[in-house]
Amino acid sequence: MKHAKHASLVEVCGKVRSGSVTARSRVESYLAAIAKREPELHAFNELHIDAARARADAIDATVKSGREVGALAGAVIAIKDNIVMREGRTTCSSKMLANYRSPFDATVIEKLNAAGAIVIGKTNLDEFAMGSSTENSAFGVTRNPHDPARVAGGSSGGSAAAVAAEFCDAALGSDTGGSIRQPAALCGCVGFKPTYGRISRYGLVAFGSSLDQIGPFARTVEDATLLYDHLVGRDANDATTADVAHEPLASRVGRALTKPRIGVPREYRSAGNAPAVAEALERAIAAAKAFGAEIVDIELPLTDIGISTYYVIAPAEASSNLARFDGIRYGHRATLAPGEDLEMLYSKSRAEGFGPEVQRRIMLGTYVLSSGYYDAYYKRALQIRRLIKEEFDRAFEKCDVILGPTSPIPAFPIGGMTDPLSMYMCDVYTVNTNIAGIPGISFNGGFAQEGSARLPIGLQLQAPAFAEETLLRAATMFEAACA
Amino acid sequence: MAEALTDADIRKIAKLSRLSLQDAQVSSVRAQLSSILGHIAQLQAVPVEGVEPLAHPLRIVNRLDADEPKPPMPVEDLLRNAPAVEGRFLAVPKVLGDGGGA
Repeated sequence: MKHAKHASLVEVCGKVRSGSVTARSRVESYLAAIAKREPELHAFNELHIDAARARADAIDATVKSGREVGALAGAVIAIKDNIVMREGRTTCSSKMLANYRSPFDATVIEKLNAAGAIVIGKTNLDEFAMGSSTENSAFGVTRNPHDPARVAGGSSGGSAAAVAAEFCDAALGSDTGGSIRQPAALCGCVGFKPTYGRISRYGLVAFGSSLDQIGPFARTVEDATLLYDHLVGRDANDATTADVAHEPLASRVGRALTKPRIGVPREYRSAGNAPAVAEALERAIAAAKAFGAEIVDIELPLTDIGISTYYVIAPAEASSNLARFDGIRYGHRATLAPGEDLEMLYSKSRAEGFGPEVQRRIMLGTYVLSSGYYDAYYKRALQIRRLIKEEFDRAFEKCDVILGPTSPIPAFPIGGMTDPLSMYMCDVYTVNTNIAGIPGISFNGGFAQEGSARLPIGLQLQAPAFAEETLLRAATMFEAACA
Repeated sequence: MAEALTDADIRKIAKLSRLSLQDAQVSSVRAQLSSILGHIAQLQAVPVEGVEPLAHPLRIVNRLDADEPKPPMPVEDLLRNAPAVEGRFLAVPKVLGDGGGA
């Protein structure tokens, strides 16, 4: 993946708007890249070739006629296949929704369309976004562009791989406990989870509703910011969208912060980090000192308890959200044997339609919410959730952003992690971001040499809720310093 | 809390989850859930007395939208995804059993 410096998306879309580059030629060049490598990588569940070409031609015609086109004119975007679109199918990489066709577009799709972007296809994911490797897809694993024997991370593995393999300019994913940031780290691109409530979830198939957030993947922080600028805002169709002012940031992220205070939690310098990850973190700290940052030693003692807290809250919410898949209104319906009743229809349809990890989480969530266990698990997890949030609040009194690894390890071999619990541990640095509802971004912080493979290492910055400007400006500084 | 999950517990959880479980799956599901719950047991060590549960990261104030009718989604679009339809209706197996199970 040694690509020359890319033209920024601001620049590229500017050329499309001025007519010096056609949207159609951009789509064709990505389709050529996809034809070459997609059969090996499997980033996509479905390509929207005809629709993308038609849309590109329409944009070019608009430009030619002298009418206004949006700021994302000609930007080629891949969409995680748990975000609904009228075009094509929305499967969540589940047998349950293998043939589901949405009757509406998600708010983020409407916004992309309004801004002139072109959707190239729907990307693979862990079924219903549950996983950290995209191995839980009912339609086959996505391979890492840096080493196809390894995972792309997850759950938004297809979106991360599509950006890293240069199948598109940028992509959308969803992040419930790290599902944007971890695959971005493993594939060597930028993955940004905004503050909870910044971007409408209308049309995102719900997993953990108090944790889910849509966000962009891109090759640079600036590109991710440009996309973000066009996705944010209150939405009448999502009551949890925040009514907080947003000023476009893409033109501002290049402005350096003066003497930013970078908090580095002791807990993030864990012995559990792979050596190359630990080295990348120390290099970034040194680079930050060089650009004038103040490095602040902080403590986040509840880091390790995050996984347990998350694996109560997220499955509890999932068990409720996924109750809608009953084989009646949409989705897979089992064939009943004579004498089997409506309840068997639910139970058989769900057992046949959901894969093992989804079933595991539904049962886990059902258990922690069930009578006799609710207080010990769910209520207690919510109490710890408050403690985690307060711990971040205190930390942010001492620093502007928090730096650490995104994942304790680089991309692991496909099939190499068989125990669900070990897989869950991959998210140790990302789940608390969602638990507290704050923004986080992963950027490339170097590479680990493993045999002949050069595996990207992701570093993460976190900031207080709604402090996206600080977060993205700091990330731009690190991006330049770590390159 | 610390008591081990039994096969009967797994069957009960599966029933509450509306997931039909084959007999052959019960012991492996029990092993997996037990391993996860064994890890989650560390929550019990965190002092939480007097801490107000936090269900949602944002302080959300109820927002009332104007009560204005909007055009509905076309029925045919919605029925297109239904596994079984009869006319303009979703078809389901008999709901009212002979014993009044519903």
